[in-house]
Amino acid sequence: MGTQNFLWNVAKKYFTFGIIGLTISDRYASILPVRGSSMSPTFNPHGGSLTDDYVLVEKLCLEKYKFSVGDVVVFRSPSDYKEKHIKRITALPGDWIRTPYSNDILTIPEGHCWVVGDNSASSLDSRSFGPIPLGLVQGRATHIVWPPQRMGKVDRKIELEGLGF
Amino acid sequence: MSFQQWSALVKEGFNVTSFVATYFCFLHVTNTYLFTHAWVYGPSMLPTFSVTGNLVLAERVSTRLGKVGRGDVVLIRSPQNPRKVVTKRLVGMEGDKITYVVDPKNSDRRETIVVPKGHVWIEGDNIYATSDSRKFGPVPYGLLHGRVFCK
Repeated sequence: MGTQNFLWNVAKKYFTFGIIGLTISDRYASILPVRGSSMSPTFNPHGGSLTDDYVLVEKLCLEKYKFSVGDVVVFRSPSDYKEKHIKRITALPGDWIRTPYSNDILTIPEGHCWVVGDNSASSLDSRSFGPIPLGLVQGRATHIVWPPQRMGKVDRKIELEGLGF
Repeated sequence: MSFQQWSALVKEGFNVTSFVATYFCFLHVTNTYLFTHAWVYGPSMLPTFSVTGNLVLAERVSTRLGKVGRGDVVLIRSPQNPRKVVTKRLVGMEGDKITYVVDPKNSDRRETIVVPKGHVWIEGDNIYATSDSRKFGPVPYGLLHGRVFCK
């Protein structure tokens, strides 16, 4: 009887902490690993290294969905909702983008954004699947938290050559 | 106030705060992973839902598991305004060939489209007064918010 009570108490504690942790990770911030080298040299600068970079992803931006050009965001892939990708926003609604392969001018529709990987040579991004709805964004990466020698803020980098006139 | 009273007050305050915080977290987890409520209004889903408003219950399990199907009424984050969650009927899944009337008020012209991978086609029940996939195209599955099961 005593053990049962004890186990029940332990289970309740774990359950409570689990729920609190889940809420914090959904609403405030969570830590996610970055896989692949599409964001080199910002993340994973040495493609085949043994440890992935871990980033702090803040979710407070999802209240207002107010992003700036140059933010690094985590978003669900438009072709597979179970996958999450991390790329940099290079254009917001109303901006004009020059598509790289056909020299067309494209306007970003309302509610969408254009995401590009920093390592454009090996990155699957808006240049392949077009602008993505902002509703797919799951958070903004603000800091690298691992490995310790690369800990620090993720800078907002603005590439001028991709923007329109 | 004596130190005794002060520390009792602080302890009481801490207990209340932690209770409220736990309750809030419990509410968040239920709303995000189990089911949530929504107030549906507007003419786009007549006659299923009225113009002045219906309170609906939506479950969030089947969208997460990929189990929603054609004919379901779903809550979906609008591709035109990520801060709005709209209600529409899921008419096509990925790979479906959809034939739709482009502009029912003005013409009978129909177009056919194949829904791309990872996307769904949504339409309002009242095709004369709705802004849906016929206007903004197929939407990524990742925008689905929940499936309405009760009104």
